[in-house]
Amino acid sequence: MLTIKNLHAEVDGKKILKGLNLEIKAGEMHAIMGPNGAGKSSLASVLAGRENYTVTEGEVIFDGKNLLDMSPEDRAREGLFLAFQYPVEIPGVSNLNFLKTALNEIRTYHNLPAMEAKEFLKLTKEKQQMMDFNANLMNRSLNEGFSGGEKKRNEVFQMAMLDPKFAILDETDSGLDIDALRIVANGVNKLRGADKAFMVITHYQRLLDYIVPDFVHVLADGVIVKTGNKDLALELEEKGYDWLKEDVHQKESV
Amino acid sequence: MTSDINKSFYDFISNGMPGPEQQTDVNNAILPARKAAFSRFRSLGLPTLKTEEWRYTNIQRYLKDAFTLAEEEQSTVTAEQLKGASIPKLDSYTAVLVNGRLQPALSQLPADGKITISKISDAAGNAQLQAWFDKHPHLQKQPFAALNAAFFADGLFIEAGVNASLDKPLHIIHVYTAAANAFIQPHHLVVLHKSATLEIIETAVGLNEAAIAFVNSVTEVVLEENAELWHYNVQSTIKNSRHIYHTSALQKADSRYHHFNFTLPAAELTRNNLSVALTGSNTETNLHGLFLATEQQHVDNHTFVDHQVAHCNSNELYKGVLLDNAKGVFTGKIMVHQDAQKTNAFQQNNNLLMSEKANINSQPQLEIYADDVKCSHGFTVGRFSEEALFYLRSRGIGEEAAKTLMVNAFAFDITDQVHIPALQEFLSDKIRRYVTGAINN
Repeated sequence: MLTIKNLHAEVDGKKILKGLNLEIKAGEMHAIMGPNGAGKSSLASVLAGRENYTVTEGEVIFDGKNLLDMSPEDRAREGLFLAFQYPVEIPGVSNLNFLKTALNEIRTYHNLPAMEAKEFLKLTKEKQQMMDFNANLMNRSLNEGFSGGEKKRNEVFQMAMLDPKFAILDETDSGLDIDALRIVANGVNKLRGADKAFMVITHYQRLLDYIVPDFVHVLADGVIVKTGNKDLALELEEKGYDWLKEDVHQKESV
Repeated sequence: MTSDINKSFYDFISNGMPGPEQQTDVNNAILPARKAAFSRFRSLGLPTLKTEEWRYTNIQRYLKDAFTLAEEEQSTVTAEQLKGASIPKLDSYTAVLVNGRLQPALSQLPADGKITISKISDAAGNAQLQAWFDKHPHLQKQPFAALNAAFFADGLFIEAGVNASLDKPLHIIHVYTAAANAFIQPHHLVVLHKSATLEIIETAVGLNEAAIAFVNSVTEVVLEENAELWHYNVQSTIKNSRHIYHTSALQKADSRYHHFNFTLPAAELTRNNLSVALTGSNTETNLHGLFLATEQQHVDNHTFVDHQVAHCNSNELYKGVLLDNAKGVFTGKIMVHQDAQKTNAFQQNNNLLMSEKANINSQPQLEIYADDVKCSHGFTVGRFSEEALFYLRSRGIGEEAAKTLMVNAFAFDITDQVHIPALQEFLSDKIRRYVTGAINN
């Protein structure tokens, strides 16, 4: 589904990704771990199309198409979703109006008619219950005044609404207490399927107790230095990252 | 009295225009008022950048072209040409004015004995016209209002009798058209007698891109006891037009005035002088403004709420969205006189700059001489957030739709107060098209 080949990227002239390779197939759950400044969130940003990142080398093929040639909105329309580490507050734009606009823009891209109001409300209700998302938050301004946990849950709710093929969760677990973590993880698990794939970026092994990955990758200094199964996460929890640094020269964090 | 740069304009006024006594249509009734206005204009002179009220609007550069009077009757305006100013789905009466002159054949006026809608020139003998024409206290110091009163060609006269009301809004469509650069001066008077209620929507359309239409208009509003007026002014016309709008209302006890000002592309100059004099107690005044300017537009809003007596409430919210190289000015004055105890007066101006080159000057001015009042004012200037834009785009929302969503969200506090759904929809649609147009420039 997603093939990353020799990806190099920089921001403000600083090299962040230095030849990253990764292959993600449909149905798979990949966890990306690694020390601060390794380039985890940068990888998410580059894939989602954040404009201050410049790709200097390499390619990313998403479902047979060159992802890096697409605008951020077209990547989303093709089925890529990024759950933000820091979701943005947008005063005045209601959560529901925002989702309706997003859904319809995606549908237009695929030559589908706009969704009927009734159908949209039905879908909203279904996903809101499925994700255990507070219905009162849906009519509020997008993320405005939401607690950290509510924002993260809103990201997962949006993901359920937009139904992407490939979703990146950028430290969705950070700032969540154990109950919220369990709810978010349950939500993600409900969305798993043979035709979908996930990339979960996390610092902590505990998320992976709830979202069990098929692969765990360690990202350090802009490249993947080690790949294993879920046991690798446990090993990292125990030993930290220092033992991996023998192979890779670490640079200061971004 | 006049500086060199305005010499041609001044010459135009003194030579090119017929003197007040040659304005034949309302001669007998209005002539003394015209003459008084002309001498007032001569003593006030044309504003320069040193005139406090015109510091941020260099009016001279908009006056240096040669103008003629758009005197000829424009009977050639077709229904098709009115489309630019019509509001789809709006169920209303209409009054079509061409260069300030009412066109009964193009209009659908209400047949209600309590409500008079006519040309001002046909109302010359009316006692209300005699009583109120050019009498508003705030117009006395404004040179362009004086110029208008001295030389105006015609305008609309609306009088609603005691307890009168209409079953639907009155939509006034202003058509401005002239073969050559023209200085057009309509003067309107709206009088609502005791407990009368009206809803007025104004829109405008310019027909000739090849010539400049400089419109210097005055609208005087008088609200007698317990009268209520909903007054929507949608200022959206062609690029080659320059507007100075004076809207001056006088409110007597228990009256309610809800004024909405929407300044949209593409007139190169829009100056609004909106003022309300509260002369009776227990009144309510709501001033809502939304200005959205693109390209090289210059939009200047000067508002004045004059609390002369006790127990009045005023509430003002103006929001500005500036794109491209547009410039905005907001000067909001609230005066609370010594006798105006128990006044509630609130004012807020929020601005959103969508481009690096857009610019806004905002100055609230409060003068309070009473001690038992609640007053507040504030202004903000925000820049369009790139992070918010990226967030929306990452959800599949294109740049145009994302910016429109954000501008609509910003404008929501104003558009939400519009109680006529067709008008609300019309405005949202215009906002969408202008934001989209600015992105594609």
